[in-house]
Amino acid sequence: MLSYVVRRLATAALILLGASFLVYLLTASSGDPLADLRASNAPNRQQLMDARSQLLDLDTPAPLRYFKWLGGAAQCLVPFAGSCDLGRSVTGQPITEALGIALIQTLTLVTGATVLAILIGITLGIVTALRQYSALDYGVTFMAFLFFSLPIFWVAVLLKEFGAIGFNNFLRNPVIPLPVSIGTGLVLGVVVAVAVGGELKRRLISGGVVFALVTAVMVYFSATLWFKTPGLGPVVIAIAGVGMAFAVTTLVSGLKNRKALQSALITVGLGLIAYFAVQPLLDQATGLMIFLLAIATVLVGVGVGYLMGGYDRGQSMRAAGITAFLMGGLVTVDRFMQAWPAYFSNSRVRGRPIATIGAGTPNLQGDYWIMTIDTFTHLILPTIALILVSLASYTRFTRSSMLEIMNMDYIRTARAKGLSERSVIMGHAFRNALIPLATIVAFDIGALIGGAVITESVFSVHGMGFLFLDGITHIDPNPVMGVFLCVAITAMVFNLIADLAYSALDPRVRIKA
Amino acid sequence: MSQPTQEEVILAEQAKKEAAPGPETEYQGLSQGQIVRKRFFGHSGALVGLAVFALIFIMAFTSVGFAGIPGWWKYNHVDVSPLVNDGVPSVSLWPLAWGEHPFGQDRIGRDLFAMTMRGAQQSIIIMVIIGAIAGLIGAVVGGLAGYFRGWVEAILMRLTDVIIIIPVLLLAAVVAQMANRRDAAGWFSAFAASNGVVVLGIFLGLVSWVGLARLVRGEFLTLREREFVDAARISGASNARIIFKHILPNAIGVLIVNVTLTMSAAILLETALSYLGVGVKSPDTSLGLLISQNQEAFATRPWLFWYPGLFIVAICLSINFIGDGLRDAFDPRQKKFRAKSAVETGRHSSETAPSSAAPGATSTGSAVSGSPADAGES
Repeated sequence: MLSYVVRRLATAALILLGASFLVYLLTASSGDPLADLRASNAPNRQQLMDARSQLLDLDTPAPLRYFKWLGGAAQCLVPFAGSCDLGRSVTGQPITEALGIALIQTLTLVTGATVLAILIGITLGIVTALRQYSALDYGVTFMAFLFFSLPIFWVAVLLKEFGAIGFNNFLRNPVIPLPVSIGTGLVLGVVVAVAVGGELKRRLISGGVVFALVTAVMVYFSATLWFKTPGLGPVVIAIAGVGMAFAVTTLVSGLKNRKALQSALITVGLGLIAYFAVQPLLDQATGLMIFLLAIATVLVGVGVGYLMGGYDRGQSMRAAGITAFLMGGLVTVDRFMQAWPAYFSNSRVRGRPIATIGAGTPNLQGDYWIMTIDTFTHLILPTIALILVSLASYTRFTRSSMLEIMNMDYIRTARAKGLSERSVIMGHAFRNALIPLATIVAFDIGALIGGAVITESVFSVHGMGFLFLDGITHIDPNPVMGVFLCVAITAMVFNLIADLAYSALDPRVRIKA
Repeated sequence: MSQPTQEEVILAEQAKKEAAPGPETEYQGLSQGQIVRKRFFGHSGALVGLAVFALIFIMAFTSVGFAGIPGWWKYNHVDVSPLVNDGVPSVSLWPLAWGEHPFGQDRIGRDLFAMTMRGAQQSIIIMVIIGAIAGLIGAVVGGLAGYFRGWVEAILMRLTDVIIIIPVLLLAAVVAQMANRRDAAGWFSAFAASNGVVVLGIFLGLVSWVGLARLVRGEFLTLREREFVDAARISGASNARIIFKHILPNAIGVLIVNVTLTMSAAILLETALSYLGVGVKSPDTSLGLLISQNQEAFATRPWLFWYPGLFIVAICLSINFIGDGLRDAFDPRQKKFRAKSAVETGRHSSETAPSSAAPGATSTGSAVSGSPADAGES
């Protein structure tokens, strides 16, 4: 095991050396870094050219420059020495500093999108696998292919036009025309009717209920101008909480496990009390506090489950813990909505909240909630774009993996010994279907650092991809090398993790030690 | 005890049904190629994809002409003509009409239909070049590594590892720079300046083969251990004969399917690179470049943005569907008709089962959910 890891790391280091040499030479030979100065008419042209030549050390031939760079980069390997030197960019900024800034930008942009895409993709994949060859399966498959074929820059421009500009115009006078309400209700109703499966009567009832509910909610939103002053309020939170408690319990333990259901419902009750209790506290919120509160919430939920016990204590704890987390989420969303009018009428935002470019409104002042809303409104469009284009592969992959598992003998055994369909799917099939997915997810997390070059350039987020592209256009090897190093190292490490995780999760797979 | 016997009867009937001449015999007496063809043409999504792609292909290559041969469309992608109706598209479904400028015109009066067709042409050329080069290199490298193992594999796979982590964007930028250096002497820059698209395709093909090589190697690794390969070797077949006659035909499915998928990814790659300004450059045009040039004009001339985008999506989608059809056709485990009957039998047994198993089973059922280990043994 250890020798395997060491061998893999040693190979990786050699590959990295070779590849970085190639990348350096390619960047350096891709053009003339002084081209823009040569074309300029500035009187001190020669001086500027000399200064840049000096800064980028252009008099040294590129292969030699690579080894100089390597000497600086090697110092990064010495821990805690603080002498990490990846060179400077054309503007004279140290690369280590630029990388730090870019990394934060990229991670805020990509993390949420990746997590959401994985969650939605896996859910869709499992549902379509369970309803193989149904209308839902064909619909989702077609959508997956469609999303897979979408160029992200095209999606991004469409989103900017309709998602941002259109929605902002709508917010000026948030009245939804009645036909739109009915139309949306109809579409969602049909989707639900197709998705639930089962008999025609059951489908029609589910679809009808959803249609009526959605239409009513939209008419209500329109009549009360809800989008101007959104909010959930305790009543909606209570109803949604009870619904979530039932849904979570159904998935985690099945409704037959009364103790689990009771624990989840008690958690919802506690959440409602907490809703009123923590409001004053939330006014002074910070990121750390929200994080601690989230942990405390989950712990309370798990505690309730533990105290309720039942024949399977673990299930009660899980059901209550997840419900508690979701309740906490609802309360937080409600608090964000309370801050919305203040954000909306802020002099910097001027009533056009959904932003099309950048990562934050410049010079915006406000408390935690305002600033976080600002980040969200900037992140929402790139996140949607990224989710759309990366959703398809997860959906397809989960579906095929799940289908393969569902045909296994042990699934038939589980059914034959009389397990409920829920335990067969959640306990036996789902968990095993996730094993090959772990590899894909690890790869994707490794690639996450590289950022989404196109998304970043469309939405002008100054992340890793932007740094890389900027380096290429200015024929400046140092930023390119910095980004390349980060990307390559994380990719390789996560490849290794993927392989190790696979063999840890699936005992049939042995790594060659 | 009457319930089990009833089920036994049902199971026996099912077994009889499965043993009886079922869907499998449909393929009896057919060669591998015939089976694949038959399956492929039974896949409606793939057929639609094929039809759409053929339509786009013919339209793109005949309308504005190709390689010096003039096409049937009156404009080309650089001609400027007077604006008609401020460049609004003249195509309409009802009444069905084509009009002077079906997709409209841009600000200076170039015909968008001609530009889109030219762009589609370029995208298809790049796609085919990338597919061909990547498929060829991937097959050779993967095949050699998988068949010979040892130091050949070590060298080739480390090479693959190096290339897989070099960013494609960087290579594209280098190619673009070379193609741009028109003043520079040398045959390469001259060739690159006149055939920018071909050079871009070749370079992207030279880096896109890595995934294919890994897949082909995996396939070769499993196939070379099979009995028929041993048999061939014992009867004195040469390495070349074993590779080309015995292993490659069995690995061809994986290769073709993944070349198709590489091609659909290549379309998006080319458009993305052109969008970023390192792919196809003006005065030539490509679908990605058209979108990049016109994205600011969305509010005033949205058609400049819609049509190229729709063509990208249409080409890519049709290729993806073709690839899906090919995968189903080549996959020996794929039993299209079985799967449906399995669903029916599953439903059948679930209809008969619950009456005996309903109350007792569920309480024990929930206790089992936490054990992936016992489920993963088989």
